Amino acid sequence: MNYQQATWTRETDTGEPVNEPLLSEKRTQTVTYDDVDLPDELVRDELTLPEPAEPEVARHYTRLSQMNYSVEHGPYPLGSCTMKYNPKFIEDVAALEDGAIHPDRPDEYAQGTLGILHGLQEYLAEIGGMETATLQPPAGAAGEFTGLLVARAYHQSNDEDDQRREVIVPASAHGTNFASAAMAGYDVVELPSDEDGRVPVDALEEAVGDSTAALMLTNPNTLGLFERDIADIADIVHDAGGLLYYDGANLNALLGRARPGDMGFDIMHYNVHKTFASPHGGGGPGAGPIGVVDELTEFLPDPHVRETEDGSFELYEPAESIGKVHGFYGNWLVLLKTYAYISRLGDGGLKDTSAMAVLNANYLASQIDLDITYGPFHHEFVASAGDVDAAEFAKGMLDEGVHPPTTKWPEIVDEALMTEPTEALSKEQLDVLAAAFTATNRKTSDELADAPTTTAAARIDQTSAARNPRLSWQDVGENDE
Amino acid sequence: MQRIQHDGTDHPHELDESSPFAPQTPQEVDAMLSAISADSVEELFDVPEAVAFHGDFDIEAKSEYEVVTEIEELLGQNADRTEFLGRGHYDHYVPSVVDYLSLRSEFLTSYTQYQPETSQGFLQALFEFQSMIVELTGLDVANCSMYDAATALGEAALLAARVRETSGSRVLVPETIRSERHSVLENYADGAELTVETYPLAEGNTDVGALSELIDEDVVMVYAESPTARGAIEERLSAVATLADDHEAAFCLGSDPVALALLKEPAAVGADIVIGDASVLGLSASHGMGLGLFAVKDGYLRQVPGRLVGTSETAEGRRAYTLTLQTREQHIRKERATSNICTNQAWVALRTAIHIATLGASGLAALAEDCVATASEAAARLDAVEGVTAPVDDRHHFREFVARTERPASEVASELADRGFLVHEVGEFEVQICVTETNSDDVDGLVAAVQEVLE
Repeated sequence: MNYQQATWTRETDTGEPVNEPLLSEKRTQTVTYDDVDLPDELVRDELTLPEPAEPEVARHYTRLSQMNYSVEHGPYPLGSCTMKYNPKFIEDVAALEDGAIHPDRPDEYAQGTLGILHGLQEYLAEIGGMETATLQPPAGAAGEFTGLLVARAYHQSNDEDDQRREVIVPASAHGTNFASAAMAGYDVVELPSDEDGRVPVDALEEAVGDSTAALMLTNPNTLGLFERDIADIADIVHDAGGLLYYDGANLNALLGRARPGDMGFDIMHYNVHKTFASPHGGGGPGAGPIGVVDELTEFLPDPHVRETEDGSFELYEPAESIGKVHGFYGNWLVLLKTYAYISRLGDGGLKDTSAMAVLNANYLASQIDLDITYGPFHHEFVASAGDVDAAEFAKGMLDEGVHPPTTKWPEIVDEALMTEPTEALSKEQLDVLAAAFTATNRKTSDELADAPTTTAAARIDQTSAARNPRLSWQDVGENDE
Repeated sequence: MQRIQHDGTDHPHELDESSPFAPQTPQEVDAMLSAISADSVEELFDVPEAVAFHGDFDIEAKSEYEVVTEIEELLGQNADRTEFLGRGHYDHYVPSVVDYLSLRSEFLTSYTQYQPETSQGFLQALFEFQSMIVELTGLDVANCSMYDAATALGEAALLAARVRETSGSRVLVPETIRSERHSVLENYADGAELTVETYPLAEGNTDVGALSELIDEDVVMVYAESPTARGAIEERLSAVATLADDHEAAFCLGSDPVALALLKEPAAVGADIVIGDASVLGLSASHGMGLGLFAVKDGYLRQVPGRLVGTSETAEGRRAYTLTLQTREQHIRKERATSNICTNQAWVALRTAIHIATLGASGLAALAEDCVATASEAAARLDAVEGVTAPVDDRHHFREFVARTERPASEVASELADRGFLVHEVGEFEVQICVTETNSDDVDGLVAAVQEVLE
């Protein structure tokens, strides 16, 4: 594909070319406080900030936006990230004035909001095969943390918290699983993958015991493989007294085909910006609701929403609640978008989503001339860049007008290119993406080393950024070497 | 926008069973199946029958119009009331330019900037956000977002424990902290075997004497808020900072960007960490959704949780932006990461930055000054009502204040709600009232209603 990202460049006073200048390099203003009715010692001496007029604000951010690749430009096949199309109408729904309320309203004045939250709790429970779901965790990793706090509260209620100090995590799991377990105060036991890329049941049997609090599992796993032994895995963990936690990052593969609750999972999180199309916004906000089975509902965060006998909704504190994981009720606007998306799709649309996501991944893989060792995969596959450094391969792909896959992970595949097209690419777009793989595969190492040449910035020196951190415009110039 | 009926009877891709956001035509589906030598999509699912799901969710698909109408109707059940509510979540007017620019799909539908060369725009916007927070706090480093103020406070406590040379196990917070924020902090602290204790306030500000009794070498962090959850500007921050410093504890200050625009810079009063909700600019009332502000002094840089954007150079020597110091983060460091945070609130940070840019220094300063003036005026007017004392604490207030009522606060709040106004009930005879530019025109009505209720 012939591609050139927009680039806004001008020369500075010293003649050096610079892309769109920083706001601080445009009009700034320093204000002082002379008339404010506060003692001097409480007031700052001055405040200096950019002060562009609104037309300049609009131009600045419009230019910045043009130097940023997005889902609406083309393929964005980051594995495990599920970068699907974000429908426009959910933004209009999120902008509805009646939804813009303060979190401290008494229940009776917030019935609409509580009704939607309750409806979403029920949708998610049904989709996951869980009893109910809390919407409070503001992201997937926060959901993991919340889920492990619930697991801990459960073990405490059985007087087993002192002994159950370990969380088992497969080596191929998302980094957040390890970090969340550590934050919840657990020791992490890493479980290597077996030869076919799945959880080795024998090794799991060895690893579980009286010290096991939980096993965290992604299914399909990060190679896109369904953990076929999941029923046995669940039995092993449960027999040892542990709980089974489902990382919902890959739920887009299984909608309507298998539910974590039916597989034996006790706790799960949903990544709504992945599976349910709330936009990722350049890093967030997301939401990471967690679903739990019946016997864990009493430990859920405070508050939870329930329907009363007269059909109204109320907040209540679950009997053995872990307390709170967000200052209020989580990322409301994201939850509202999720509710709208699920309502739009319904059963058929949700099932079709997974069907097309899995078909797309399988078709794309068939059109790519790279080794894909592990299968049968579902919504994503992990190809190997072979002798080429996967990070270099990715830079080469940028010049083909697509976003590259996730690179160098999972580590079980050499020079991994973890690729997830999602359901939202047509065959024509998949062919564009496949052509980008093919064109990149033909590039010489010199060509890759020079890539990218079509983006707003050429290859960026990561070592310099880390060695000499310049993290604000106050540092620019000052710390430049 | 539904697909044409496909001939195959067991085909999953049938009329009324398709996603409007999956663009494959039946012909494309057939071509793709043929390319992979499969007869149906269903055979691609490698799911053992024992755990397969063949049921329905019983969620009925709807048209876009139906969904929008349904949600409009549902949200319409939120009663029409004028909110004088604050306590950590504030409704400032968000200029239209913030919506129009932040909703550009290039920003909204992009991912974390793992490929910086093609993500310069968002990276620069986040870098500018970090810079604005650095200016407002006077500290050296700001990350590009946490979830909200409460989780940022939790992360601050964990950071404070990590940077200490000697171990410690106590975190001290003001007794006026919102119970929700306290609860989140406890959940974060628990895994690191830290306990959270409260210290008293006297007349709305920190009781420094009591705090000095409580603090010892086992304290890793002292937290204070300005403004406090009751709206008082804290006047004893330097004394708190000195106490913390004397015991090798970090001093963490909770605030927000509007207050920071006016109040003495945290760095100047000795704060090591600043947390808060930055979405007071950028988001209007959104049921508590926030943007965790997180800034630290230079010495804590390597222990900062979350993402940092820095500048570097391209191969051509041109300035460029990139995520940096990622070895702190979970995708590299796993269980030894500084935090588990991955997805954050980047898009809200973008909105906050656009809002701050639109206000400029002058506009932000004026907004902050108004927050002092309107709170003070509203308090004076309520104080003139018989049966009301306001503000309860004889301090300077920002946006909000507590009023004492002769009648029980629950009755006052409830009867005000009947008259169309929502206020916080914060004590047996105390209500809290928050005034910003979005409700200041309704203060007349509120005062009249309070008069009626207390007659």
